Amino acid sequence: MDLSFTETQDMLRDTLARFLADTYDFETRKKMLERPEGRDPGIWRALATELGILSAPFAEEHGGMGGGAIENMIVMEELGKVIAIEPYLQTVVIGGNALKYAGGTHASALIPAIIGGEAIFAFAYAEPKGRYDLARIETTAKKDGAGYVLNGHKAVVYAAPWATHLLVTARTGGSGSDRGGVELFLVDAKSAGITRRDYPTVDGCQASEVYFENVALPGDALLPGGLDLIERLVDDATMAICAEGQGAGRKLHELTLAYTKERKQFGQPIGKFQALQFRLADMMVEAEQIQSMTLMGTLKLDTPANERKAAVSLAKAKVAKSLRFIGQNAVQTHGGIGITIELAAGHYFKRMTMIESQFGPADHHLERYEALTMPA
Amino acid sequence: MNLEFSPEEIAFRDEVRAFIAESYPAQLRGKQDEGDDLTKEDFLSWHRVLAAKGWIAPAWPVEYGGPGWTATQRYIWSEETARADCIRIMPFGITMVGPVIYTFGTAEQKARFLPRILSGEDWWCQGYSEPGAGSDLASLRTRAVLTDDGQHYIVNGQKTWTTMAQHADWGFFLVRTNPDAKQQEGISFLLIDMKTPGITVRPIITLGGEHEVNEVFLEDVKVPVENRIYEENKGWTCAKFLLAHERAGIAGVAASKRGIERIRDIAGTEMDGDRPLLANPFYRRKVAELEMDLTALEFTELRTLANEASGKGSGAEANVLKIKGSEIQQRITELALEAAGHYGAPYFRGFGEGDNEHPIGPDWATRTAPSYFNMRKTTIYGGSNEVQRNIIAKMVLGL
Repeated sequence: MDLSFTETQDMLRDTLARFLADTYDFETRKKMLERPEGRDPGIWRALATELGILSAPFAEEHGGMGGGAIENMIVMEELGKVIAIEPYLQTVVIGGNALKYAGGTHASALIPAIIGGEAIFAFAYAEPKGRYDLARIETTAKKDGAGYVLNGHKAVVYAAPWATHLLVTARTGGSGSDRGGVELFLVDAKSAGITRRDYPTVDGCQASEVYFENVALPGDALLPGGLDLIERLVDDATMAICAEGQGAGRKLHELTLAYTKERKQFGQPIGKFQALQFRLADMMVEAEQIQSMTLMGTLKLDTPANERKAAVSLAKAKVAKSLRFIGQNAVQTHGGIGITIELAAGHYFKRMTMIESQFGPADHHLERYEALTMPA
Repeated sequence: MNLEFSPEEIAFRDEVRAFIAESYPAQLRGKQDEGDDLTKEDFLSWHRVLAAKGWIAPAWPVEYGGPGWTATQRYIWSEETARADCIRIMPFGITMVGPVIYTFGTAEQKARFLPRILSGEDWWCQGYSEPGAGSDLASLRTRAVLTDDGQHYIVNGQKTWTTMAQHADWGFFLVRTNPDAKQQEGISFLLIDMKTPGITVRPIITLGGEHEVNEVFLEDVKVPVENRIYEENKGWTCAKFLLAHERAGIAGVAASKRGIERIRDIAGTEMDGDRPLLANPFYRRKVAELEMDLTALEFTELRTLANEASGKGSGAEANVLKIKGSEIQQRITELALEAAGHYGAPYFRGFGEGDNEHPIGPDWATRTAPSYFNMRKTTIYGGSNEVQRNIIAKMVLGL
């Protein structure tokens, strides 16, 4: 057992933290959100080419630094600290892992494109009626000669407006929540028959409703693995946003602590009041637990499927609850200014709130954990 | 970074398992810490076995008699002893006063006391709290006055909540040696032979019917000056050091894991209508949330150990472990009591003379209520959880 970071991992964290400190302060981020594209593409280019950060979790044979889930955890935590809107989760974590698990020509063609910053991915898995059940999908991929024809509507696809590639879940057979027949497809975002309705999200990102109408896919668009593969990718992604939440939660606790030291009421800094001291202490306890659970779940991603799922669900449930605690108490502690868009605090609260339910809220994950570990 | 044990660590785990299977005292098998009234001899029988093996003080430096284990080996040790339902080792000598003596004591003090702590020859108790000094420990008033020849202290006062003082050979006491100095600066750390004239121990019976804690009265108790640890009026330094040590062990992760395992066994077989209690959606959600919080605690402890090794950390780890560990211990007893249903109520006072009738209700249910009552102590002792939050606020957050 070894829970210490390597020197390379420490360096990765330091490099990224320094870069983000210079480029991603609150005011600059606000300006990025106001651009027509809703981001500054120069940041992504710099992450790819200047810093080489996007290569961190990939194997050396694909031009990577030989890392994996721990490197993703480090990067996501740092991105969370500045509530970055970069498509790292969708591109490097989900897209990158899908390619890694698929291997072959897809991997050797597209991983270098991710590392170089040219390829951006979006994960089209949610549907208007599916809630958090990954198998309850109505999008279909019908066999058509050597290829497939894709039809359906995917909901709230983060980063879709920027994406060069889409990962789409669709049914080749079965119905309802059947495990069989659910497959993952790699789709060129510019394919004929794809239309999008783009919109900003409450947490500062860009997303789309994506419609597929008789989109023709080649046979090798299907990444073999079915629902097992999709569950694995979602577990990877879940731990990545736990790490993002860890960074955001810590930072929001810091911001709130600083505020209690400068804000004066009744003739003294409000941090002198025990009611608020206890709240700040409890927020810190939650932040510690988020970090512990993020580490636990990340380290269990490569265990056998049921052990992995139980661990990830336990982690996400805890992280969701703790993020809610930190977020709500941060706003309450700030008072009126906390519910405005003027301070950074409120923006952290918004992203943390979306992380709570992204890939399933606490109740969903506790239910999955119970189903895996307790009698029906 | 990885969670797997190395081949050496697996070999160590197997060695520990084999040792427990072979050497754990037969009369203790089936007895549990919170489930049975354990005698002094019960505690000492396991203590002596470990002392003979050289494993009684996992965290002590080798030069003082520790086994030289790594943090992972200590983790394995606590996992394995909990898994095998081994009774706990009384902390007052091994975990508390021992580290104070080898950290602050003179060579003579180390030579005199440490071997007898290891062997179990001396049973220790802790003289900290007073009727007027609980969470506000530094307000303690037990007074120690140096005799004119400078050879002895004369100690007068009263201590309370003194766990297992009825068995104790020695006690470590916080006493006031300078009533004029600022609270923390007038306190000294004394080792007192409990057989010294002037000491009276009176039992306090707690809600579960146990005699665990006592009041200790000190009336003109004569203590040789060489029994003072560290400098006069510097006892608070030792006290703080000890509290930090005590809190780290207080998380009780391995024992709580075993406690939840028992809850799962019970609720997996106890019926709730025509399904096991564990299939009741409300009950199983509480079990799941408890396991969630315990996992968070376990990895907070593991991170703490890793941070200690690399000298990093937030500084609040011990407080976090105390707060969450104590809450979890209590929640386990709540779930056990809930599982007992009707049979939480019967009060079983042990077998009387010639009485060998079976207690009422299932065996496991008999002590669920007393345990629940008893474990309310965990958020109060060792610095109440409110004091822990004060410490985080002041020491870590700078409020």
